[in-house]
Formats: sequence, structure tokens, C-alpha cells
Amino acid sequence: MLDIRIEHQFPGRLGAFRLRVEFSASERNLCFFGHSGSGKTLTMQALAGLFIPSSGHISIGKRNVFDSEKNLCLPARERRVGYLSQNYALFPHLTVRENVAFGLLRGLPWFMASRKVLGQVYGLLELFEISHLADQHPARISGGQKQRVGLARALAAGPEVLLLDEPFAALDPLMRRRLRAQVAELLERAGIPAVIITHDPDDVAAFAQSVVVFEDGCAQGCISVGDIPLQRDAENAQLRNLALSLARLEGAAAYRGLFA
Amino acid sequence: MSDINDPLLFSCILLTVKVAGLAAAVAGLLGVLTAWFLSGRRAPARSLFFRVIDSLCALPLVLPPTVIGYCLILLLGRRGIIGQWLAEYGINLIFSWQGAVVAATVVIFPLCYRSARAALESVDHTLEDTARTLGATEARVFFRISLPLARRGIFAGITLAFARGMGEFGATLMIAGNLPGRTQTLSLAVYDAFQSGNDHRALILVLVASGVCASLLVIAETVGGMGLERVSPAMRGGTRAAQS
Repeated sequence: MLDIRIEHQFPGRLGAFRLRVEFSASERNLCFFGHSGSGKTLTMQALAGLFIPSSGHISIGKRNVFDSEKNLCLPARERRVGYLSQNYALFPHLTVRENVAFGLLRGLPWFMASRKVLGQVYGLLELFEISHLADQHPARISGGQKQRVGLARALAAGPEVLLLDEPFAALDPLMRRRLRAQVAELLERAGIPAVIITHDPDDVAAFAQSVVVFEDGCAQGCISVGDIPLQRDAENAQLRNLALSLARLEGAAAYRGLFA
Repeated sequence: MSDINDPLLFSCILLTVKVAGLAAAVAGLLGVLTAWFLSGRRAPARSLFFRVIDSLCALPLVLPPTVIGYCLILLLGRRGIIGQWLAEYGINLIFSWQGAVVAATVVIFPLCYRSARAALESVDHTLEDTARTLGATEARVFFRISLPLARRGIFAGITLAFARGMGEFGATLMIAGNLPGRTQTLSLAVYDAFQSGNDHRALILVLVASGVCASLLVIAETVGGMGLERVSPAMRGGTRAAQS
């Protein structure tokens, strides 16, 4: 589904940051896992076309969206990638309905909506159980509702893949648990592959079929979740960390294999 | 002796509002468009070229108005590069109220540009990025997301520019001259009356100018506030914070 090899160097006074990511994932749901500042969001933005790395290539599905050698770089609007940032980035001056319609209308104002588009918008509002919020502005709705609006808006544009940047980080733990199940089910129903950034091993357990582990801007290879001894119920954080360090080692091994 | 019924007084106020209004409209439009082209991702990050353009846009703010007026005469005068070209179409800007508009526009452009740029850059970039991933072209991102979210800051800048345009003196005097009833704006009339020892007239003009400017400012503030009633309190806080 995803095939990516990118490299980029950020100069900095206190040492440069080097992004170096290489993996190819075939399974449907994928998690980017790692500490803050390890390059997860940057990689996601490179996928979405919001950040252009200095070299490498990216293909989504069967489409090449970026190839520095062929001088190919599709703009974000042509990549057909749904991107939901950490704070959901709902347009504050538009109503929930207008937010959801934005992608369907490709940015045209609401009054230009055809009957077909209106049908799609209301269908999505219903699917996400936010019909009663249609006329509200985002500041008036709760965190969980915002997230659903964001998802509905991203799906409305008909993306080939959804990119979710820490979708549950801004929610309280109770809400997080409930929405995780809901979102997993919605993604399943929509049948669209998703890439999820997370710090939380529980997210990995709930969503991912494979994991890419990031560390210091480096990520090599992608590990199938089935191979990780990740304990779903383990309360012990140390145990989880151990599981993920194992995963990291495996990733490194995969990388050595590629370049041997 | 002049009194409050002086027809020249009325035409002078009208002219001032007309000149300042047109100048604020033109400078506002140009300022917003320039800010759009020079801000954010569109500008290949702070390259020398963009920094030079940016400085040039702020130049009228630091140049003495008489210097701006002189430069404009060099450009727009009968022998000037633009003036010669305009003369072919029978347009002469020197000693006309249209010339006063040009002078005021150039003087107040930096105010519009700077506030528009600050307002546009304070818009959350993830909103613009999200709009891009939703298939919006750059123009639609601008008109549907950036511009509506930055409008309060832009409006404040244009209001300020309008007030400054009403008081424009130096450059206007050099280009449009001081022809009562034709190119004499309020601030020119005040100076004229004071110079000729007509203190009574000067006082009336000063009162009128203060009154017009103050009430316009109040109207502008009210209208600017009204547009925001529709959107959330959170966003209002956000844009206000962005301005400070």
C-alpha cells in the first residue's frame, strides 16, 4: 500500500536533524510509533504532500506521488490523501456541515453544493452520528465530536488513504477508549487504509497490522504486529517498552537485510 | 470670513473622504494580494529576493512624505515614465484629485500590507494544509480559509490606513497641489487657513476633521466587531491575540 524512501536534512545551530525513512507496507492499517520529535509527523506530512523532502520517492497504492529523481511531486490537493492533524484542524469559521462539505466541493462555497453533494454530506453526518450538530461551529462542540467531524470531512473528499496524527492524544482517557473502538469500526466500515501516529501502545494494539518504529528521525522497515509480543492487557509499561525495543531491533535487522 | 455654510468646506470634506476611501480600498486590495504572495509557504522561505521586496513594500513608511511626492512626480509627471504613457491616453494625474489618490495610496500601502501580512501569517497553517489535502487549490485555500480567518487584522489595518489617508499632507501637496475646491483636502485646508491668519476657519476645519475621523473609526470598529458575532468566542479570542 505504501512504499516510501525519503531523506531530508534540517540544518540547526544545535546540531542538524536528519530524517531518513524507508519502508514499504502492504497491510491495511499501519502505525507510526516513536517518541516526540522522532520524525513521525514530518513523514506523514511528506506522504500528504505538505512537506517536500530533499530526496527519495513515495508511492501510495499504485500511484507514484513523489520521486525526486524523476522530478515528480504531486501537490497535496492531487494526492487523494485524507489528513487529520492532532487538533483536528476544523475550520473555525465554517459550520460542521460546511466543514464536511469542504472536500466534496474542493473548497467551493456551500451554496454551490449540488443535490448529490448535499446527499453525500448528510449521509456522512448520519454515519458519524453528528447530524444534530450540522449548524454548529466547531468551537461549540466537544472533543470527541470534533474528531468525528474531522474524520467525516477527511472521508468526504474520497481519499485513498487516511493519515491520522495522534487521533486520540487530545481526548481524556475514558473518551479515548470509547472512541478508539468507534474509529476502528468506522475505518473498517469505510474500507479505507489508515496510517496512525501514536505514542500509545494501546493504539498499536487496537489498529495496527504493522508498525513502523521511529527513532531520531530514522525509521527503517516495517514490522508486522503479529510478530511483536505485544500484550494487549499488560498494565506494566516496562513490559510494553521491552516489546517495542524488541520490535526496534527487528526493524534494524530488517534494515541490515535490505542493504546487505 | 468663512462660516459653517461655506460650500468649499463641504466639498473639501467630501474630497478628503473620497480620496482617503479610494486610497484605502486600492491600498487594501494591493496590500492583501502582496501579503498573500509574500507570506507563508508561497515564498521560498525568506530568500534574498523576497526580503528585498518586503523591505521595498515598507519603504513609504520610513521615507519623508515630500520625498515620496517628489518620486511620484518623477514617475507620473509629464516627462515621467508612467506620466508619458498616461498622457497618450489623455490622463494627467498631476494637480488632479486622482493624483491625490495615488499619493495617499502609496503612503498608506505599507500599513495595509504589514497588517495583512501579520494577520495572514497568524492563521494556523494546519488549517490551510488541511484544506490543501481536501483538494482545494491555492486560490481557494486563500479565499475560503486564510482570508476569512485573517479578516479582522486586515480590516484593522485598512481602518488605520484610511485614517492616515485622511491626514495625508506632504505627498498630496507635492502631486495634487493645494487648489481649493479641486484638490484641497482637509489637512491642506487647515494649513492654508492657519497660514493666511484665518484662525476661525482653521478651528472649524480642525473640529470637522477630528469629528469625521473619530466617528469613522467608531463605525469601523462597530462593523468589524459585528462581522465576528457569528463565529465562536474562542476564535474571536484567537484572532485578537494574533493582532496584539
